Amino acid sequence: MIKAILIFNNHGKPRLSKFYEHYSEDTEQQIIRETFHLVSKRDENVCNFLEGGMLIGGSDYRLIYRHYATLYFVFCVDSSESELGILDLIQVFVETLDKCFENVCELDLIFHVDKVHNILAEMVMGGMVLETNMNEIITQVDSQNKMEKSEQSP
Amino acid sequence: MALKIVKGSIDRMFDKNLQDLVRGIRNHKEDEAKYISTCIDEIKQELKQDNIAVKANAVCKLTYLQMLGYDVSWAAFNIVEVMSSSKFTYKRIGYLAASQCFHESTDVIMLTTNQIRKDLSSPNQYDTGVALTGLSCFVTPDLARDLANDIMTLMSHTKPYIRKKAVLIMYKVFLKYPESLRPAFPRLKEKLEDPDPGVQSAAVNVICELARRNPKNYLSLAPLFFKLMTSSTNNWVLIKIIKLFGALTPLEPRLGKKLIEPLTNLIHSTSAMSLLYECVNTVIAGHDVNGSPFLPPFSLALFLFLRFQLCVQKLRILIEDSDQNLKYLGLLAMSKILKTHPKSVQSHKDLILQCLDDKDESIRLRALDLLYGMVSKKNLMEIVKKLMLHVDKAEGTTYRDELLTKIIDICSQSNYQYITNFEWYISILVELTRLEGTRHGHLIASQMLDVAIRVKAIRVFAVAQMATLLDNAHLMTGNVQRKGICEVLYAAAWICGEFSEHLENPMQTLEAMLRPKVATLPGHIQAVYVQNAAKLFATLLKNQEGNTDRTAAQETSQLMIDRLPLFVQSANLEVQERASCILQLVKYIQKLQQKDVEVAEEVIALFAGELNPVAPKAQKKVPVPEGLDLDAWINEPPSESESEDEQPKAIFAKEEPKHSRARHTEVDEKELAKRREARKQEQANNPFYIKASPSSQKVYQEAPGVEHIPVVQIDLSVPLKVPGLPMSDQYVKLEEERRQKERVEKKKKEKKKRKEKRGGRGKKHDSGPESEEDITPAHMVDIVTEEMPLADSEKLPVRSHRAAEALKSPAEDGDAESPASQEPKKKSSKEKREKKKDKDGDRKVSVKNGNPTRETALWMYIYGAEIDIQGNLQDGSQVVVSVIFENKCDNFLKTMEFNVLDSLNSKLQRPEGSGPHDGLSVPFQLPPGVSNEARFVFTMQSIVMPQKLKGTLTFIIKDSSTHEKLDFKLHFTCSSYLITTPCYSDAFAKLLESGDLKCSSVRLEGVNMPFHHLLARICFHHHFSVVERIDSCASMYSRSIQGHHVCLLVKTSGQTVSIDAKCDEPTLLGNVLDEIKQTFSQC
Repeated sequence: MIKAILIFNNHGKPRLSKFYEHYSEDTEQQIIRETFHLVSKRDENVCNFLEGGMLIGGSDYRLIYRHYATLYFVFCVDSSESELGILDLIQVFVETLDKCFENVCELDLIFHVDKVHNILAEMVMGGMVLETNMNEIITQVDSQNKMEKSEQSP
Repeated sequence: MALKIVKGSIDRMFDKNLQDLVRGIRNHKEDEAKYISTCIDEIKQELKQDNIAVKANAVCKLTYLQMLGYDVSWAAFNIVEVMSSSKFTYKRIGYLAASQCFHESTDVIMLTTNQIRKDLSSPNQYDTGVALTGLSCFVTPDLARDLANDIMTLMSHTKPYIRKKAVLIMYKVFLKYPESLRPAFPRLKEKLEDPDPGVQSAAVNVICELARRNPKNYLSLAPLFFKLMTSSTNNWVLIKIIKLFGALTPLEPRLGKKLIEPLTNLIHSTSAMSLLYECVNTVIAGHDVNGSPFLPPFSLALFLFLRFQLCVQKLRILIEDSDQNLKYLGLLAMSKILKTHPKSVQSHKDLILQCLDDKDESIRLRALDLLYGMVSKKNLMEIVKKLMLHVDKAEGTTYRDELLTKIIDICSQSNYQYITNFEWYISILVELTRLEGTRHGHLIASQMLDVAIRVKAIRVFAVAQMATLLDNAHLMTGNVQRKGICEVLYAAAWICGEFSEHLENPMQTLEAMLRPKVATLPGHIQAVYVQNAAKLFATLLKNQEGNTDRTAAQETSQLMIDRLPLFVQSANLEVQERASCILQLVKYIQKLQQKDVEVAEEVIALFAGELNPVAPKAQKKVPVPEGLDLDAWINEPPSESESEDEQPKAIFAKEEPKHSRARHTEVDEKELAKRREARKQEQANNPFYIKASPSSQKVYQEAPGVEHIPVVQIDLSVPLKVPGLPMSDQYVKLEEERRQKERVEKKKKEKKKRKEKRGGRGKKHDSGPESEEDITPAHMVDIVTEEMPLADSEKLPVRSHRAAEALKSPAEDGDAESPASQEPKKKSSKEKREKKKDKDGDRKVSVKNGNPTRETALWMYIYGAEIDIQGNLQDGSQVVVSVIFENKCDNFLKTMEFNVLDSLNSKLQRPEGSGPHDGLSVPFQLPPGVSNEARFVFTMQSIVMPQKLKGTLTFIIKDSSTHEKLDFKLHFTCSSYLITTPCYSDAFAKLLESGDLKCSSVRLEGVNMPFHHLLARICFHHHFSVVERIDSCASMYSRSIQGHHVCLLVKTSGQTVSIDAKCDEPTLLGNVLDEIKQTFSQC
């Protein structure tokens, strides 16, 4: 199970947060801060797995993250997920964003966080991986966007 | 109508949308909070409007603000309104907001039930999809109960998009409403075979999650998963299934052997690291049932063992990888092996120690975990020394504290099994007290106490060290940050008091314990100080009265009387009580002293009696007094209502009621007596059971003193008498010398023996440079287990250390450094090197030493001539041979060169520019005891015939810098050219019908093994895969690297096995069949 998915930038500003378990708003912010603190002090060429984080997790949980330019993508998962598999999933997520936004950059995520949520919803649902095939994800996202457009201009 | 729409869009033109909000926030960096609060006010206005578009826009902005940490639960009702919009655009905004901020205690959720039900049955698949996604985040027990049926119907929806979402959400429904599991399960099971891979994957996902909670209930699905595993190509699904099998195999050992074949196939065929890693992990998990391979037949056990070794080797490759992720995962998997097969991991010590130096903390922590199981008597000091270096270097207290606990864990594991020199250990503990700001003072303290009490021989040394600690107590208490560490003083004071007879200068210690500064320590430590000052006082009195020096004794009493009032005023009750008691006692003693009465004997009687270790289960031996019922409740038992609350969870984990307690009481006296008798019998018959001989024990107990303790003499060779704190490093050196001496001694004896037996066996079987048992400990711990019967005196007997052996060691210490004694050692270690004899060569390409009498320093295994799977389609003529080099000697090996004499048919691939006879240099050097793998690529012209290639390996032994040579033969079997390729039965049938294939057959007689083992053997050794199996008949398939099809039909009746085979290359087929015959003739 995936417990949370966080995206924040190099300064710890949240760009997307998705918790699959309920926390109060304050705790959520604390978790984001703590995760940022843990992840940001790591060098570029160290491994992508982290244990610890007092707030989220416990011994069964692990933080798996990737760092792209200005953004950190962090998944908090338990031992039922394959570590390398999740790393691949993050890659798929980013590539999908890249396709949907055409050369994605941090600004896209800043201004269109709702769209990012919609894309993520096609990949992960309620903490479980729904789809890993990028083409399938893009097809579904596109056809939903088309529907939205047709509603806008009657 | 049209006007209304226009009006709506004009309204919206003036509203801020999400982008405007974000831009606004970015422009108001200075007063962000203020800006946002005005925005929230605007949003509140917008929510009051009737226009749903405006509301949706407002909700969308709220979702963004929620991410920034603002509470938006006040808008919950508006979110529900937006959710119920008929337009998909708004509905989606509503559901997203709901999924971000609704939770079980959001009260408006109950309003949504009907809306969600409507959306679920909407003709538009995306309405349904959005509702399912939203619901997955905020489903409550009520929603789950009300909607379970609707979702269950959706599981058979025509659109796979809906089906997969419905299947996935069922897991959340089960969690919230467990009663739904039973009716939904058959349908869920059906979905495992859904034609759409996405739905299949979702179903696997859900069942894996369910099975993680209670694997037992899902064992029955194993065959279905097994089928999926062999047919699926989706790595995600495969990983989940393999993980699931990892959880199931411990419950059902038979499953393990079924898994061998598909897992082996996957390990060989997959290019995805993630999948490979999970396969290896599951093989490990399957392997560790009861620590032994789970198959009774020997052949398969061996097979598994080889496979397992391969896995460990693969892990090593992972850890050596430059990719830090693989390194981390490799270490993680190693720690799983460690629990069951510490030996396999121990050989990779070098690598793991190397990881301790890694810059990555995640990796360092994992490596630390591994260290625990890798220590032995031989390497403990070395490892701890390394850790101590890390302690000094470590920045950040968490990592340092982790190191500290690990050092103590490692040293104290299984009753200090690996510690040979407790002086060294005490020094380590003392060094650890110098750490800044550690939280683990109590841990160090308890270790000090434990060691001092249980290792009698160490007490003199420990007391001296503790006295120094007490003297320097100000170093520990001076700084507030060091609060945790002052716990150590508790141990120090107690040890000095209890074993005060060993103190060199008790007066000085007594003064140190009564310093005014002690009053700043925590209460419980002060209490120990006071109590032990009294013990010290008693000892002092005895010494001083013995000297007939009255004034000294009186001065001591005076010191006590002067200093104790400080503690009498303590706010801590314990301290106060003890201090006032002892103060009165001393005053009374002083009175007697003034009358010239000898009091020492009586005072010392206050603290008489030696502390002896007691077995953990000693309590059991105490008879229960009559009339005492231990099972009766003292108070009324707590009400059961609490446990009923947790009832719903039972469906996932039906725990059997535990009967352990009842079982305990069933063991009656008779049974116990019977067991005791049986144990005695067993001990008598066991040659390795060392019986405690009563005589030696008596001697030991009679001697209260120091002269029996060999350590004292060892002491002489180390300048430890220098006041101050000890250096553990010196012990490492000392220990090395001691061991070397022992080794030399042993060698001498051996040599003598050999001389006597001259002309006997040339090859002497001797294990490695030094085996575990060779190391005699300098001190022994008193280990008391329940096995030891109580002696009549109610005293538990203690194992004495081997006095004779230990007494010898100090005398030898002196001449260890002389070069003369090292000479014989070198010589004999060379003799020890043993040649690798290859017996289990089936899959291995056997390496045969050309000259069997030569001494070689290398072990060389060549594991399966594995086919380079990546290259085979473009280039069907390449074979990769992995060679594992293991250095079995004591010296560093370098400049290794691997060379093979090329034949017409096969050539070793050499880098461009080198001649056809040049050797390939092996890209690493080998420190002693280390193994590493290198790969060599061969090019083959024709693969229809088996090949034998001669080769040599040259290398230089570093210290002697002589060139050594090792001859070997590489045997390429035809089977090694085959690659396991799965084949479907229809394709197989077509292939047989095509008629291009030549026939051949072979009969095997006297094969006495179950049919499935036979098949597994063929699969493993000859790289076939089973296409179909009906009763005692199976069809198998494999492909060569050059694309030849090989088909087998294996039939068995009784002990006869007939194999009919078809292949488009008759020579290859003939050779493969010969090899199969060979395999079975060996068993």
